[in-house]
Amino acid sequence: MSKNRVAEIVFDPIFNNNPIALQILGICSALAVTTSLQLSLVMGVAVMLVTACSSALISVIRSQIPSSIRIIVQMTIIASLVIVVDQLLKAYAYDMSKQLSVFVGLIITNCIVMGRAEAYAMQNGPVLSFLDGIGNGLGYAVLLIFVAFFRELLGAGKLFGIEILPLQANGGWYLPNGLLLLPPSAFFIIGLAIWALRSWKIEQVEPKDYKLAPHRVREAF
Amino acid sequence: MFEQYLSLFIKAIFVENMALAFFLGMCTFLAISKKIEAAIGLGIAVTVVLAITVPVNNLIFNSLLREGALSWAGLPNVDLSFLGLLTYIGVIAAIVQILEMVLDKYFVALYAALGVFLPLITVNCAILGASLFMVERDYEFGESVVYGLGAGVGWALAIIALAGIREKLKYSDVPDGLRGLGITFITVGLMSLGFMSFSGITL
Repeated sequence: MSKNRVAEIVFDPIFNNNPIALQILGICSALAVTTSLQLSLVMGVAVMLVTACSSALISVIRSQIPSSIRIIVQMTIIASLVIVVDQLLKAYAYDMSKQLSVFVGLIITNCIVMGRAEAYAMQNGPVLSFLDGIGNGLGYAVLLIFVAFFRELLGAGKLFGIEILPLQANGGWYLPNGLLLLPPSAFFIIGLAIWALRSWKIEQVEPKDYKLAPHRVREAF
Repeated sequence: MFEQYLSLFIKAIFVENMALAFFLGMCTFLAISKKIEAAIGLGIAVTVVLAITVPVNNLIFNSLLREGALSWAGLPNVDLSFLGLLTYIGVIAAIVQILEMVLDKYFVALYAALGVFLPLITVNCAILGASLFMVERDYEFGESVVYGLGAGVGWALAIIALAGIREKLKYSDVPDGLRGLGITFITVGLMSLGFMSFSGITL
């Protein structure tokens, strides 16, 4: 396996084939955690680990799984891994796990994990699947951190809980924009991020749903 | 008693809308909202599944998994709540499967209409999310029924509204990079902004 191939599998999902921006996968569980950069980082790492490990495990037993029950087998593996992550967070970062509340559990139904298991791990070897999981988790984490960066910076004037823009309440000049901490702002930021990404990578632009019919009637002479 | 349930119902539909306030079920929400008919079918399916799974998970949690719940079996110190995630997803998958078979046998027209959406629902985060919220907020059985139904109706309302908007949006001239997914996100953001105005309403 050449080095280029590894790099391609890991880095392709970040910009060229981003799971959120292009494949519409995995937006579900995690946007609610993007109000804080720290939470997003933890969430991103958790999803990356679960995706990588589940892909590798499923890939190892892929020829033993009967195809009629493969979904339930994949689901069990993913759920067990998520339970491990959840228990680890509860043991070593209890505050964090309280703040993430149900969203750690929702990694189970994160379509990225399931999607990669079904689309990639069922056809490829464990090492490749592991790397593919890392790559897709990374693509997810990058977008999450991007959104969280803007939401925390503009919404609270902070990054990682440290004040970056001096707040008016503390004698500075910045008046935090509360909208950025509310759900709608996450949608706006992702929408704009997708716009920016597609202006850069033009091949990702979606085709038009309609065509203008050619003008046939000569109404004016 | 009745007022409390009504208040919870309204809260689950509007104030804490699954899709627009908690971003749950987003994958299907965005993927299957191009046509109103499909959105209505999926909305109904999600509502039915939520209204069944949340109370069932509530029963299982309260009588088997909760700390001390097994005292009737002589095991007062056993806490199985770490098995929660695995149990809920198993229950959801099983109920969806059973529902599919029942519909296939007795309600063929409805089965044909829902068809592909039913299996999809197993991995819909809104379903698992509602069960997890139910556990976290410690709802009792009656509340869990109302909450499941309300969450489902709210989600269905949001996806049908979005499908209506997208059907019109199809003919508008959107900038190249924003076409499709991008403009859909912005639309959902505006809808979410609209739903924010319900926050704070109690009955």
